[in-house]
Amino acid sequence: MTDRPGLRFRTYSLLLLFIFLRPLGNLSLAWGTKHFPQVLSLNPAVYLRAMMDPFVALGIVMLILALLTRMALLSLADLSFVLPVTAVGYVLAALFGKVFLRETVTAQQWLGTILIFLGTGLVGTTAQNTTPLADEPE
Amino acid sequence: MKWILLAIVVTATALSDLLQSHEMKRAGEQSVGAHGLARLLKTIAMRRELILSIVCLAISFFAFMALVQATPLSFAVPASAASFILETVLAKLVLKEDVGVRRAAGAVLVLGGVILLAR
Repeated sequence: MTDRPGLRFRTYSLLLLFIFLRPLGNLSLAWGTKHFPQVLSLNPAVYLRAMMDPFVALGIVMLILALLTRMALLSLADLSFVLPVTAVGYVLAALFGKVFLRETVTAQQWLGTILIFLGTGLVGTTAQNTTPLADEPE
Repeated sequence: MKWILLAIVVTATALSDLLQSHEMKRAGEQSVGAHGLARLLKTIAMRRELILSIVCLAISFFAFMALVQATPLSFAVPASAASFILETVLAKLVLKEDVGVRRAAGAVLVLGGVILLAR
């Protein structure tokens, strides 16, 4: 089913959208929670108060959109394809952490970044789907 | 405490992804345009396994929120990615995906990168 017209383009469009949405959502969430005065515990009320923070709320909206994008992606591609390829998002998360949250990125972490890019590139050369897709949408 | 939170994140994420992958393949091609999102939400509402996957994801998410508050983002995000090796193995065994040499090698490279990134 990988020879459907435009399937690869649609898959990579969803991949790109997801790769940016998730780290941006995480960044917003981290920014909001780090500036939230209370420690997050198992108390749901504290979580609800944290969600009122604009950065936490924005992060949640972006992460929900990222979730839906990834679900659409999983309707087109294997899980074992999507997981390594979307790992590029972790590199973006480290970069955002360095730039916006002033977190330190060491030489070792940059080496990790290179390995992730190599692994992602390698997986990107494989067929995106190896199991039957539904013939017609429901 | 951070390792307990991490274990919750990894387990719940793996379960959620397996359920999602299995069900989304059965649901047919989805998109995220205006109409696509509406159809996707309807698909989720009608499939019990997808709702369960979102419950697992919510558990993972709340554990992750606590994790990012307690640790640097550059630890929390890559460390929680440990789930993807477990998931790659389960994708082959449970979802019957063809995880060939290149895909497996790529996953190992990414794992190495994630470990280095997490330190």
